[in-house]
Amino acid sequence: MTHGSRKTPIIRMYHVYKLYDSKSALSDISLEIEENEFLFVTGASGAGKTTLLKLLYFGESATNGQVIIDGVNLLRIPKHQIPFLRRKFGIIFQDYKLIPSKTVFENLALVLEAAGHKRKFVEKKVKSVLRIVGLEEKQGALPPSLSGGEQQRIAIARAVIGDPKIILADEPTGNLDSGSAEIIFDLLNRFHKDGSTIILATHDPELIHSINGRKIVLDKGQLISDHKIKEA
Amino acid sequence: MIRHFEKAVADIAANTFLNSITVITIAFSILIVSAFGLLMLNMSDFLNIWKSGIRVMVYLKENCNEQNRLKLEKAIRSVPGVSDLKWISKTEGLSRLKEQMKNQPSFLADLKDNPLPDAFEISLDPSHQHPDPISRIAAIVQKMERVDEVEYGQAWLGRFAGIIGLLQMAGYAFGGLFFMAGVFIVANTIRLVLYSKRDEIEIMRLIGATDGFISAPFFIQGSIQGAAGGLLGTGLLYLVFSFISLKVKGYEIVGPVSIRFFSPEILFGIIGSGVLAGLMGCYFSLRQFLKY
Repeated sequence: MTHGSRKTPIIRMYHVYKLYDSKSALSDISLEIEENEFLFVTGASGAGKTTLLKLLYFGESATNGQVIIDGVNLLRIPKHQIPFLRRKFGIIFQDYKLIPSKTVFENLALVLEAAGHKRKFVEKKVKSVLRIVGLEEKQGALPPSLSGGEQQRIAIARAVIGDPKIILADEPTGNLDSGSAEIIFDLLNRFHKDGSTIILATHDPELIHSINGRKIVLDKGQLISDHKIKEA
Repeated sequence: MIRHFEKAVADIAANTFLNSITVITIAFSILIVSAFGLLMLNMSDFLNIWKSGIRVMVYLKENCNEQNRLKLEKAIRSVPGVSDLKWISKTEGLSRLKEQMKNQPSFLADLKDNPLPDAFEISLDPSHQHPDPISRIAAIVQKMERVDEVEYGQAWLGRFAGIIGLLQMAGYAFGGLFFMAGVFIVANTIRLVLYSKRDEIEIMRLIGATDGFISAPFFIQGSIQGAAGGLLGTGLLYLVFSFISLKVKGYEIVGPVSIRFFSPEILFGIIGSGVLAGLMGCYFSLRQFLKY
């Protein structure tokens, strides 16, 4: 399944199954993802895209099979190591998952505070990331006062602020108009070019064909296609 | 740590009503238990003062001559626990009685003869100033020749020690009960806060926050609730104590009655137990909530 170069895969899945109350959500998934890959996970609603992402950051555990993230086998990960595993990821959700009672600054700072960074560093880093996503002036705003596109940019800023190895995006443009979606996608593309591994679950064909990457297709929990895509 | 403390204070400020109820309930629990403790402390003090003044009176039979008296004195002195012995002749006994009853002179005015017996007054070692050793010494002396009666306020002593023992047990039971109530109340408050923040906590976990990072503000919040409850409870107790100590001033029982409040060490312990209840309450709520 490995494509292209001989780089060490940062993510490996071997014969992974996920059942919910005996109903199969994923079935016999084997997959390797290399560092700095841009992987699109596609498929219809209910195909298993979100479940696949959840297995990676241990939002769910596999019913069977092995998931290995950056050399750590999630089958044997001790509970106290789960937060450290999650710091390898920056996660972007369709519904943003920002804390509505905290300001934009506080939402972003939380990631760095949780990782134990000093206040001065936190302030500096938050401002620099907000500058990248073009929302520096919104640092004192509460998320509900922002537009959907702005909230998703904040969510992206939160995902990248801890310099994660992997960015997971679950339908990040699903709730956005085409203009906002384009901005989001451009940002992801930029972080990819800066060296991040991006895994993006989407069913938007427009996005998929705008980048050099790789696309897998899920159908009813099974991996039915895995191939490279060329920039349109 | 400062961040966690700020967050805890912000959470308390955001849920003032809930936190106030918690603090007041803890305060009342601590007030009741501490009141028991204070009562026991002062009763023990009183018992100790009383015990230190305990004298065992040995009344002699009639016709005890000088030689027999000296023999008896020697025998009593040899009993373990006896520290001193004083001879009180019937004449001295009567003059003592007259002195004690100087306000009611009519009681003794018509006495033709001295009805009192000769007596010894036994003082005891501090280690023997407890109900059991005293009754043991009294029993030994009672069996001696020429001894008519031994008296030491046995009924009083036993009853008083019994009451203190009972209060002590009740104090422990109440203490345990109210401590558990404190833990339960804090646990419920924290559970409500956790429930209202479940989305926030879920997001924190997704961004890689450890359970320690998530829990710290709640533990601080629980500690603040416990400490505030402890301070309020002991503060209220001090008010009640001040009022009572003003009332009992001037009373005399064995000597002048003086009551005391807890020492700073004990107060620290009481407030510490409030903090411990707060921490335990948090622990139980968080343990349930933060399961992976």
